[in-house]
Amino acid sequence: MRVGLFIPCYVDAFFPDVGIATLQLLERLGIDVIYPLDQTCCGQPMANAGCQKDAAGAEALFVANFQEFETIVTPSGSCADHVREHLDAIPQTPEVDRVRRGTYELVEFLHDVIKVDEFPWAEFPHQVGLHNACTTLRKLRTASASEIDEPLFSKPLDLLRKVRGIEFVTPSRPDECCGFGGTFSVFEEPVSAKMGYDKVADHHRAGAEYIVSADMSCLMHQKGCAERLGLDIRFIHIAQVLNGSRG
Amino acid sequence: MTSRDAILATVRANQPAPVPVPGIPLFERTSRPLLEEFEETLTRMGGKFAPALAGGGLDGLVRSLFPDAAVICSATPEVRGTRALDIGADPAELADVDVGVVRAAFGVAETGSVWLSEAELKVNALAYLAQHLVVLLDPTRIVGNLHQAYRDARFKTARYAVLVTGPSATADIEGVLIHGAQGVRSLTVALVPL
Amino acid sequence: MKPIDHAEASSHFIEAKAHLEFHDRRLWDLRVKRDREAHGIPEWEELRNLASAIKEHTLSHLADYLEEFEAQAKSNGAQVHWARDASEHNQIVYDILSAHRAKTLVKSKSMLTEECDMRPFLETRGVKVIETDLGERIQQLDDEPPSHIVVPAVHKLRGDVAEVFARTIGTEPGNNDAHYLAEAMRRNTRPYFLGAEAGMTGANFAIAETGSFVVCTNEGNADLGANVPKLHIACIGIEKIIPKIEHLAVFIRMLSRSALGSPITQYTSHFRAPRPGTELHIVLVDNGRSQRLGMKDFWHSLKCIRCGACMNTCPVYRRSGGLSYGATYSGPIGIIIDPAFDIRKYSNLPYASTLNGSCTNVCPVKINIHEQIYKWRQVMAERNQLPLVKKEAIRIIGKVMSEPRLYRAAISATGLAIEHLPRFAVYNWLNPWGRQREVPEPPKQSFRTWYIENRRRQ
Repeated sequence: MRVGLFIPCYVDAFFPDVGIATLQLLERLGIDVIYPLDQTCCGQPMANAGCQKDAAGAEALFVANFQEFETIVTPSGSCADHVREHLDAIPQTPEVDRVRRGTYELVEFLHDVIKVDEFPWAEFPHQVGLHNACTTLRKLRTASASEIDEPLFSKPLDLLRKVRGIEFVTPSRPDECCGFGGTFSVFEEPVSAKMGYDKVADHHRAGAEYIVSADMSCLMHQKGCAERLGLDIRFIHIAQVLNGSRG
Repeated sequence: MTSRDAILATVRANQPAPVPVPGIPLFERTSRPLLEEFEETLTRMGGKFAPALAGGGLDGLVRSLFPDAAVICSATPEVRGTRALDIGADPAELADVDVGVVRAAFGVAETGSVWLSEAELKVNALAYLAQHLVVLLDPTRIVGNLHQAYRDARFKTARYAVLVTGPSATADIEGVLIHGAQGVRSLTVALVPL
Repeated sequence: MKPIDHAEASSHFIEAKAHLEFHDRRLWDLRVKRDREAHGIPEWEELRNLASAIKEHTLSHLADYLEEFEAQAKSNGAQVHWARDASEHNQIVYDILSAHRAKTLVKSKSMLTEECDMRPFLETRGVKVIETDLGERIQQLDDEPPSHIVVPAVHKLRGDVAEVFARTIGTEPGNNDAHYLAEAMRRNTRPYFLGAEAGMTGANFAIAETGSFVVCTNEGNADLGANVPKLHIACIGIEKIIPKIEHLAVFIRMLSRSALGSPITQYTSHFRAPRPGTELHIVLVDNGRSQRLGMKDFWHSLKCIRCGACMNTCPVYRRSGGLSYGATYSGPIGIIIDPAFDIRKYSNLPYASTLNGSCTNVCPVKINIHEQIYKWRQVMAERNQLPLVKKEAIRIIGKVMSEPRLYRAAISATGLAIEHLPRFAVYNWLNPWGRQREVPEPPKQSFRTWYIENRRRQ
């Protein structure tokens, strides 16, 4: 199977290990992974600000880079959601439609498409707090949301449970937003920082040594908060854990 | 053009495409005895239950619950009280009533509510100006849930109908639960067959 | 007039640590209680679907239902008035009061009357208006608007209430026991109930089939105000209509569970006709609702039953307080309603959100709140309502992201800057991110560079 790999800008710039782990993991699972070299961004930061005109360039470039692929995978829930549910600042041609429908977030892809049932190389002997980014949780629906009266399910937990040695702890507010929210983190900085502080403190109180998430954007914000607070807690992307990182 | 016509014209022009009305199921659950559910929910909502009737009749029961009450005013002939309820008088004259007594038409197990209208209250304000309220309820007149309650035809004929659930309450000051915010300080249900 | 600056207001709210901590904890507790109720009813999600469908059906036939309601109400002996906007509403209320020579009005909670700014209108014309909901009365005495539509003084601690009461109704200064304060308010308000010439309520629901309306309270203050004076005025927004009595069951089952996590309010009162010898006046109010009905992307906001669940779950609301939104309606529902009243004043509100979607999930009538927030941002951008700094920043990012070489240059420049600039140059007023967070460390190479070195096929 051949997939196009989309690496969000902040992962490319600040957390390349997440991209590397994603690529290596997919290759271990027998997938032929191609990274189009001229990719930049899916358009989400501009679109989320309501600025469709400013998102159009990035969205067109995204389609141009990925239109040759039937399947596109990205280690970012909010990017995958933007491509599938929005990406409408550009004319909706058959190519655009195909790219939109073929885009998957990594956990979705592993759980629903490849249906991985083991990660024999993986071991993570730590107490872990799982953080589900809000878009990934409530829009991509990779896990049940606490507000809804529905049976419990969690794709990321299903995958992580296959990792040797991992133990889970649960914070008191398991799916309260951590406060990143894209440009919210800058333009509503006071509330954003308070939410981040509360989130990392909650995980810390629960006994988490690591916070694991499928979204590095949230982790980037939480990490920034934890470091400023001097809190002894670490952050790692689910791709790294599943790819065999020991922490 | 009157305001009425202007508003209706704008509403008509802007109404979205028609959406059909859904049918409403009754959601009946028969698993649990209604009286038991009623007692549990009303207690949770701050209501109390009178002990079983002993000698002394209903007036004796009310007296025993409120031994210091000076003015007891009843809307039901089953309890005499200390003062007759004057239906024609200004409701404000009930301001000094310590205990009001009424008989509810029915109760609702789901919520612990009792149903009262002007027929049961005689003077509506009795249930609010009194410091305490005693409600007689026939234990066989309890319906399961609100869907069943709202089927009662009296909702369409009563001038005023209220589902009362426990005493007056508020938690507006730092989340602290207070009974007797503006209305009655306590509500006691006496399960007395009609 | 400057737009409301939610972020600025929130920074002050956050600085008051004890208040913030209580506010966040109290409202989260209401959310948890709401969850317990929701998970305790197997048909909860079905009820949400029914509630949403009933409201959508009604709104799509609103004119007919309004006419049916009016006809029924009139045949019940009520008088029905229609107000196009806030000032007409206030005038109608004043005219009714002055026709009855009413000098004192006791009222229960009504966000509609807040929206219309009714109290100052009446007070300057010589009518004394007494709020009787405890939270509303606290706010009235403190000359501050309510901050939450269900728990109006939730942003205050008992010491604040004690200070207000000592200043205005003569309680012992420094006695901040909640029971003492509530009892003092009970005794202070009782004479007003007994002596007022008129009582006013809002309405949670108005039923077309019967011309009746429902008022839900926990204190019983609406019932006192409506059943003691000889004049009862009910102010009802036109979107409160539902078709039949049987539909009420769906909403009453959901309202208090969503708002406070209790199965029902202590008093659920149904008014159909005036008491003999008294008068009942109903004022139906538009004030922009009929306009909103025609907004393709936003009319679903009219389904709102004012439960406040969206506020309780909103992590931003809990940490900024309702007053920081500068409007009668705050929190998630406020964000999607307020811009329709004044697009410039409320142009920042749609950005007071992380788009996390929790509000949509708790809404008993399934308003797609977070989707409407997203849509309002598009409207703001199209109507040029973004602040210049934000508009420019987005434009530049958009340009950089649309050209691969610009993007790569920006990444390496940022990395170099963070790595080489002294700390004070990175962490200063130009960098909001860095006020309370560390900036990420730049890695040795970007992913792209690693890929080229390790994977690119020649």
